[in-house]
Amino acid sequence: MKKYTYTDKKDTRSGFGAGLLEAGRKNDQVVALCADLIGSLKMNDFIKEFPERFVQVGIAEANMMGIAAGMTIGGKIPFTGTFANFSTGRVYDQIRQSIAYSNKNVKICASHAGLTLGEDGATHQILEDVGLMKMLPGMTVINTCDYNQTKAATLAIAEYEGPVYLRFGRPVVPIFTDPDQKFEIGKAWMVNEGADVSIFATGHLVWQAILAGEMLAEEGIDAEIINIHTIKPLDAEAVLESVAKTGCVVTAEEHNRLGGLGDSIAQVLAVHNPTPQEYVAVNDSFGESGTPEQLMTKYGLDAEHIVLAAKKVMKRKQNAVISI
Amino acid sequence: MKPTIQELEKTASQIRRDIVRMVHACQSGHPGGSLGCTDYFTALYFSVMNHDSNFNMDAVGEDIFFLSNGHISPVFYSTLAHAGYFDKAELATFRKLNTRLQGHPTTHEHLPGVRIASGSLGQGLSVAIGAALTKKLNGDKSLVFTLHGDGELQEGQIWEAAMFAPHNKVDNLISTIDVNGQQIDGPTNLVLSLGDLHAKWEAFGWDVLEMKGNDMADVVKTLELAKSRTGQGKPIMILMHTEMGYGVDFMVGSHKWHGVAPNDEQLQLALGQLEETLGDY
Repeated sequence: MKKYTYTDKKDTRSGFGAGLLEAGRKNDQVVALCADLIGSLKMNDFIKEFPERFVQVGIAEANMMGIAAGMTIGGKIPFTGTFANFSTGRVYDQIRQSIAYSNKNVKICASHAGLTLGEDGATHQILEDVGLMKMLPGMTVINTCDYNQTKAATLAIAEYEGPVYLRFGRPVVPIFTDPDQKFEIGKAWMVNEGADVSIFATGHLVWQAILAGEMLAEEGIDAEIINIHTIKPLDAEAVLESVAKTGCVVTAEEHNRLGGLGDSIAQVLAVHNPTPQEYVAVNDSFGESGTPEQLMTKYGLDAEHIVLAAKKVMKRKQNAVISI
Repeated sequence: MKPTIQELEKTASQIRRDIVRMVHACQSGHPGGSLGCTDYFTALYFSVMNHDSNFNMDAVGEDIFFLSNGHISPVFYSTLAHAGYFDKAELATFRKLNTRLQGHPTTHEHLPGVRIASGSLGQGLSVAIGAALTKKLNGDKSLVFTLHGDGELQEGQIWEAAMFAPHNKVDNLISTIDVNGQQIDGPTNLVLSLGDLHAKWEAFGWDVLEMKGNDMADVVKTLELAKSRTGQGKPIMILMHTEMGYGVDFMVGSHKWHGVAPNDEQLQLALGQLEETLGDY
């Protein structure tokens, strides 16, 4: 197991804030919009440096999506910022018609996604946003795992032409990816090569997958860990190459098991290489109040549950071989 | 040289013929609102707006128009064709398989003249505000126009946008509401009353004008007046009083022709009332 360490922890939303500022410095067409959550989205530095390129829309997310779509006409690259729930479910039709169907170059940037929003509870903890967004034709869907990756992804989507959903979160988590990484949209990141089981993880579950990989290694299990930061378009080649080697799969995500990364991978496998798969995801339920750590444990989204899923799916693989 | 009112009326007559023929040919679509707004479209594209039929999405240095009530696409398409955005022969493909002239306007098929998809109501005002903000950021002095149905004002997003534009002094925007008092299920005052629209928009901080939407001279005059009042810190709203189905006597004033196509006999009756002035497509 390749060794991953960290010296610092930060929230992924701060990576977005830093990326937005840098994107703004690199390209004067970058503009930002926010629906009364400047501090939560870490947009302060951008606003301080480019006040004329920031639009405060108030608590009116539908209007924000429409304004962002309109601002692309004439060449602006709008980044909208609010919580993931208000970035997707609340404004689905506005995104569908004015952004996706109209193919507008809007970057929908969503913080506080998933259970790790914590104490505010289920009204704010959207676990369906990846599914909603990936069903829209032409929409790119990205879920980042740490500060550095979120910053790099923010810079990458500014240079990409087309609508993007960028999902990140609130809690402080280890920074373990390269600060100078080049973020390639649609290209999976090989975290650790292995032979026994493929673990495909996204967002906050990537660090948990690394911890799980270390625990599995202690028991002599050689896990391949791949970070799928871009859920759409999915790097099907990386998935199939890995599975050809390992023959079984665990997917790990902070999302409903319906409509998330696991579903996307299952679809690729069902068509090209049917393979035993276990899901580490929320089992079709809403969240609730609690600390992020408590919730991730209660809903089974941690290293321990990835380990259990890996052992279970390896057993299924062995049974399948024996039955032949 | 701007066309005379009489010349504009001739163009409007041809567009109205196109509308009933297009809707008849595919036996679907929305003739009522299209006929009611024909004078507005004609005035806008043939007299008031500074635009280039050599279509460019970014519209730098050009006025922009957004149709928010996308179901009146027949009048939009016919106007664009006569204004030179595409060949008017293409009007015959309206609502048919593989057409660029979808039931509701879209950028998806790359039809010149369309800058946003519309159909799901209430979204166009926000989009127009965005385009107007970009014009300001770019130092582009040209204007943004929008059209909305009165029934469309029942959508909440409209009022989010209504609040935003005056607060942010979006004064390069001229919006128009087609006040025909009708919607699918009946008169607006029975379905969900809109109340005093003039007072409402004024209370939100807009500069509100009213015009007779089926009187070409008044439409041109009011749109020019609106242009003269841009750049003064307020967005402009024109309440345009029209009759749904205007120009075809048996369609006038009834919500029943909102989304119904005429049969063969009704088509001939309608065409008998609309002079062919520029040649049918």
